[in-house]
Amino acid sequence: MSAEALVGSTDDAAGRDDILRVEGIAKRFGSVVALRGVDMHLGRGEVLGLVGDNGAGKTTLVKILCGYQRPDSGRMYIDGERVELHSVGDARAKGIETVYQDLALVPQLPVYKNLFLKREIVAGGRLGFLSDRKMRALARQYLADIKVNVPSVDAPVDRLSGGQRQAIAVARATRSEVKILLLDEPLSAMGAKESALIIDLVRDLARSRGVSIVVIDHNYAHVFELCDRINVIHQGRVSFDRQVAETSLEELTDYMVSEYRQQVSSGRAER
Amino acid sequence: MTQAALSQADRNAASRSPEGVGRGVGGFLRASLVERREAAIVIVAIALFAYFTAASSNFLTVPDMQNLSQFIGPVAVIGAGEVFLLVCAEVDLSAGTVFVFMPFVVYFLDTGLGVPLILAIIVAVAVGALVGAVNGLITTALRVPSFIATLGMLFLLDGIMLIASNAAQLTMPTSGTLSSVFGGWGWSEILWSLAVVAVLYVLLNRTRFGMHAIATGGNLIGAAEAGVPVNRVKIWCFMLCSAVSGLIGIVDATRITVLDPGNTGTTEMFYAISAAVIGGTALTGGSGTVIGGFIGAVVLGVLFVGLTIVGISANAFILILGLAILAAMVANVQIAKLSQKRRAAT
Repeated sequence: MSAEALVGSTDDAAGRDDILRVEGIAKRFGSVVALRGVDMHLGRGEVLGLVGDNGAGKTTLVKILCGYQRPDSGRMYIDGERVELHSVGDARAKGIETVYQDLALVPQLPVYKNLFLKREIVAGGRLGFLSDRKMRALARQYLADIKVNVPSVDAPVDRLSGGQRQAIAVARATRSEVKILLLDEPLSAMGAKESALIIDLVRDLARSRGVSIVVIDHNYAHVFELCDRINVIHQGRVSFDRQVAETSLEELTDYMVSEYRQQVSSGRAER
Repeated sequence: MTQAALSQADRNAASRSPEGVGRGVGGFLRASLVERREAAIVIVAIALFAYFTAASSNFLTVPDMQNLSQFIGPVAVIGAGEVFLLVCAEVDLSAGTVFVFMPFVVYFLDTGLGVPLILAIIVAVAVGALVGAVNGLITTALRVPSFIATLGMLFLLDGIMLIASNAAQLTMPTSGTLSSVFGGWGWSEILWSLAVVAVLYVLLNRTRFGMHAIATGGNLIGAAEAGVPVNRVKIWCFMLCSAVSGLIGIVDATRITVLDPGNTGTTEMFYAISAAVIGGTALTGGSGTVIGGFIGAVVLGVLFVGLTIVGISANAFILILGLAILAAMVANVQIAKLSQKRRAAT
């Protein structure tokens, strides 16, 4: 079974060896139907882009995938096994990590302490003396492994660039046993050079470490740069599913515009 | 939590901009000033010390150094406790009142109920921690800002103290060697203070708990997302601040021997917060220095004792304290701006 062989394969071929598969996921909030039956799959080492306008159900789907909310109905499979996620911790235990847009980094703490936040290496039992030397060495090693460049692991995070911060957040999420990584707008507010850094990191994590990644983004261009495949969430369903190689930014844009036209009465618009 | 994080993320989207990392030869001095905020205040402390030594032959004498140490003791300890709260982006206005309240607890346990003195002291420190726990619970579970929660606690404790003592002065119970250790001996207060400051320094800078406190104040939502029990961390910080304030209060009262219910402890509290701020602890959370707070207390002490000795009225001390706080805060903000500029420049 070769994980890498499936990267960039067509939809039908990806079917059997999916790391994640959801079927008929539905969720309503009172009278508002957020999701009306989402079918979605994620191949091993695949980078899947989730796009859709605000209110399409994108955010709700991510909250369900990361264990924060529970769906009203539908099934979820990880590695072919039926799972029910009751909490974020539950999802984490099953190998699902999320990098939120605010990155959850502590600006005043150095890089290595951010990488080890809540997973500190300590000595002295309950007293919890930090083993700074070990954490520094491991942080340096790991950042070198995934080719993330920072001035120093001792640099406070608020001295880093936006791209470096994003890289540190991704590094923290992938340092432990991670199968599925959810990234929330990883390229937002970033220059071209910075973006290239993150694109390389994400592509590399998928290709050489076999991490399966879901990217949630408003920006279609970002998704084209980052992902193998694109799913559009529209009115609570996956309405568009194409390999990046088989579609184009023009086709996606045309598709979204036609969807908008049909939806004029709802009066929603992209921010 | 995730919901909060996601919406927070949306709001932050526009405000984040890419920044470079500052380097360069000229930036080195400024960089070390930014990283070692204690450096500037150490220089101020040494300069003041040198000035008063030169200005008066009485300054560098045993009795005056003892006076100085007795001023520094409570301010440094309460200040170190406050540093933990400021690091969490909270504050404890009741710490000074805990400082004057706990000796009364010792009095009523020992003189009133006949509890052995050592036990009375231990119970009083525990009561201090309990007060902190209540402050912490009101702040975290009931979501009352700590400024208000601890302001209420300040008056509550003051009221209890006045009622219980009938607003009359009392005499601190003593017991031979034990009392010498707990403040009776002239230098014991500063030794307690140094010990507490050393322990709290290690706790903040070398332990998982200290790191979690910094994370809680530096990025509350982020720390919670990473799994840091932010509320529990805050409650522990409140307990720590109150416990050490109560402890040094007992030491201070044993030295003075008179318990005065007319003292609300607000002076000690304000001095302590001043020391922390002058020492370089920001009020925005996520950063703080116990050592800086201690040196801040030394600066205040040298000023207080020094001005008295050279014959300037104590009133001038208050004026200078005000100027020192303003100067320290302006410096803090400017240094932060400077480091931001350094980042933007590259």
